[in-house]
Amino acid sequence: MKISVSVNGKSQEHDVEPRTLLVQYLREACALTGTKVGCDTSSCGACTVLLDGESVKSCTMFAAQADGGSVTTIEGLANTDGSLHPMQQAFHEKHGLQCGFCTAGMVLAAVSLLDENPNPTEKDVRFGLEGNLCRCTGYHNIVEAVLAAAAAKEAK
Amino acid sequence: MSATTIRSPRVGESAIRPDAPAKVQGKFGFSNDMWIEGMLHGVTLRSPQVHARIVSVDVTRASAVPGVHAILTHADIPGADVYGLEHADQPVLANGIARYFGEPVAIVAAEHPETARRAAALIKVIYEPLDLLVDSEEAITAPPIHPEGNVFRHLTISHGNPDAIGDVIVEGSYEVGMQDQAFLGCEAGLAIPDDDGAGVELFVSTQFLHVDRDQTAKCLGLAPERVRMTVAGVGGAFGGREDISLQVHLCMLALRTKRPVKMEYRRDESFVGHVHRHPAKLEYRHHASRDGKLVKVEARIVLDGGAYASTSSAVLANACCFAAGPYVVPNARIEGFAVRTNNPPCGAMRGFGNVQACFGHEAQMDKLAVALDMDPIELRLKNALATGDRLITNQMITGAAPVEAVIRACADVPLPTDSSGELLELPGGAGRTAAGERDRIVRGVGFAVSIKNLMFSEGFDDFSTARVVVDGGVATIHCACAEVGQGFVTVAQQIASAVLDIDEVVVAPADTTVGSAGSTSASRQTMMSGGAVEGACKAIRHMRDSDAAAGRSTEGRYEFTYEHHHRPTTTLDENGQGDAHVSFAFAAHRAVVDVDVDLGLVRVIEIATAQDVGKIINPLQAVGQIEGGIAQGVGLAVMEELVIKDGRILNASFTDYLLPTALDMPTVRIGALIEEPEPGAPFGAKGIGESPCISSTAAVAAAIRAATNKPVNRIPVRPQDLAL
Repeated sequence: MKISVSVNGKSQEHDVEPRTLLVQYLREACALTGTKVGCDTSSCGACTVLLDGESVKSCTMFAAQADGGSVTTIEGLANTDGSLHPMQQAFHEKHGLQCGFCTAGMVLAAVSLLDENPNPTEKDVRFGLEGNLCRCTGYHNIVEAVLAAAAAKEAK
Repeated sequence: MSATTIRSPRVGESAIRPDAPAKVQGKFGFSNDMWIEGMLHGVTLRSPQVHARIVSVDVTRASAVPGVHAILTHADIPGADVYGLEHADQPVLANGIARYFGEPVAIVAAEHPETARRAAALIKVIYEPLDLLVDSEEAITAPPIHPEGNVFRHLTISHGNPDAIGDVIVEGSYEVGMQDQAFLGCEAGLAIPDDDGAGVELFVSTQFLHVDRDQTAKCLGLAPERVRMTVAGVGGAFGGREDISLQVHLCMLALRTKRPVKMEYRRDESFVGHVHRHPAKLEYRHHASRDGKLVKVEARIVLDGGAYASTSSAVLANACCFAAGPYVVPNARIEGFAVRTNNPPCGAMRGFGNVQACFGHEAQMDKLAVALDMDPIELRLKNALATGDRLITNQMITGAAPVEAVIRACADVPLPTDSSGELLELPGGAGRTAAGERDRIVRGVGFAVSIKNLMFSEGFDDFSTARVVVDGGVATIHCACAEVGQGFVTVAQQIASAVLDIDEVVVAPADTTVGSAGSTSASRQTMMSGGAVEGACKAIRHMRDSDAAAGRSTEGRYEFTYEHHHRPTTTLDENGQGDAHVSFAFAAHRAVVDVDVDLGLVRVIEIATAQDVGKIINPLQAVGQIEGGIAQGVGLAVMEELVIKDGRILNASFTDYLLPTALDMPTVRIGALIEEPEPGAPFGAKGIGESPCISSTAAVAAAIRAATNKPVNRIPVRPQDLAL
């Protein structure tokens, strides 16, 4: 079936199998491999992307469900001048990553979290990121990164 | 994977990882992300049987599927048909018998992964089930399930006077379940055959590049130099990538089809595609004098190694050598078995044998404190090892051993206040479905101390190689050390910039065109590859200084390749005695838990810790390792277990294998990182990766014991262990 999706601000038209998962579509048809598959069961959140601004687990929905929608992946998050998005900057500075496999999903889930709640408490952040697993960091630096990004946003 | 630079961070500074910009932008290439024009996709057909004779394998229908390029079985292995890290006994593809659930039987390459999967499903394998051997204790005497027998290693440690008896004796039996590394990026690789078909290039996520290469070459029947390997971005490791998984399979398919082949495990396959932490049964008897001095430790330790050897012998050595913990113990008698069963193969995981032993010896220390009516921390201080003391292997500790300091610094951290009582903060957290009765929530505090040997032991020729080139004010480090997330890339830059006083340092991709760096395991890369980088840089600095002293220009190109060996170790003799280990690291953990004693639910509130680190190269990364290690230690204590029934893994998914989330992770308070330099280590730095997940587990178990008065003699602790 034919779908048209705006991916990172660029409109894309593809003919996909109806059963194609959104994450497969992004990684294979769009060649955007920043979005990861960690578990295949929507448990780990490594595949998190934004669909019309809301975070979704792209391994748990069909590409067809994104038809007509607008998807932001980790590759589309940086500012147009190439500088890092404040959330990317915060993960970078706060050592919010080690192996980095969870990072794309974690960053996008955090961006979505701040859109809904610009001034989260530490607990809000932990609750908001509960659906994203990290096996390396023990989460504390990730939580710090999200709080730092929120503070930076507030300061602007 | 591209080379990256930072400016002038020196040793002791919180330099930011050079790969962080790529990782936060989704531009870092993981092994799972690789793609090349014309590549085929490989899949593995695995045995659904736990133990069975393979009567026949019929690939006729599978081969006829359009798009299938190769189906290979045991008969197609070009070289050695078995591999293994310490002892080659694991079939590349099952040879007439499948010995564990998920053992590879055939491999398929096709144009599309789904085509390959469909074809694999059409391979007709007839199995004749055999009796199962799934009990580790029975395995010691049961009829062999492998021509090489069921006992991988039987190790006895006899130290001091075997007849010594203490005034006070405590006994205990303990059990540890099977933990999974659960790294987030599943196994993946890409093999590209040489045009002439005489060799192959493999890009793979691994911990141990050169030994992967050597094992793979042997199985391919090729000289090692015909197999070139490069570390592709690694999505976590924790021991689970020390053995090979898909390496030989990929190369076999690429050489057969003359096409590049990519293979990527899915999560359910990853759970059967790598080794796990050994389940353990431990029986202890501790003797002490009335005044609280340890007199003797007796233990019997049985590790279930599963179907094949992997690193079981070395894991057993750790469990036995450190069975008494970080204490002075004049007399000891330890007997250990690592055995073969039809359970999933077990091998390396962060903590490597010390985790299991620590759960046992620390439970015993608490029991002893009760029997002596002594404060458990006082008891530990009274027996703490120090430099100059001997282990139960009779080895004298010559390096730093600030055991007393880590105990005191950890114990001195103020205790946390009571929880707010909000639902989310209660035991069970977000998963709690009933408010329960608040006065049935009991707080407990537990303490544990650990010892970990750093680097490889028992006479292993352990070394790392680094080539450093300085040209035009830029230093380039070429080292085969696998960066798996631990932060070697940052540490290497910091060491080089400190030694050379140079601002721009590039770490080139890790591959087999430079000498071996050994494994990224055993807390060894900061010391071993860090030592190699330091050695190469010092040599260049010397060359540069000589040129300057002679009035020659120092603007030219300098190159030096340095091989860093740690001091030699010996094997253990028939009494388990010998200088088998290089260096040791110590840590103390104090856990605070809240337990709902009716529901059997546990919430780990806080872990306080102090750790012996030698010298902190990068504070930010050091704390990152400590927090990450504690997460895995807490996971083993209260939630992480591969549930095995009759040899089958029942929970091979992230839906059913529970990992700590951001909500489960306790507060971590670091009392102190003790910097007592380790002789022979770069800048005196000790490896820090494993200690955090050794005694944190034991401390949580102790805290649950304190809260519930239940024995808690098995980890992970399950609700039914507490509430029934």
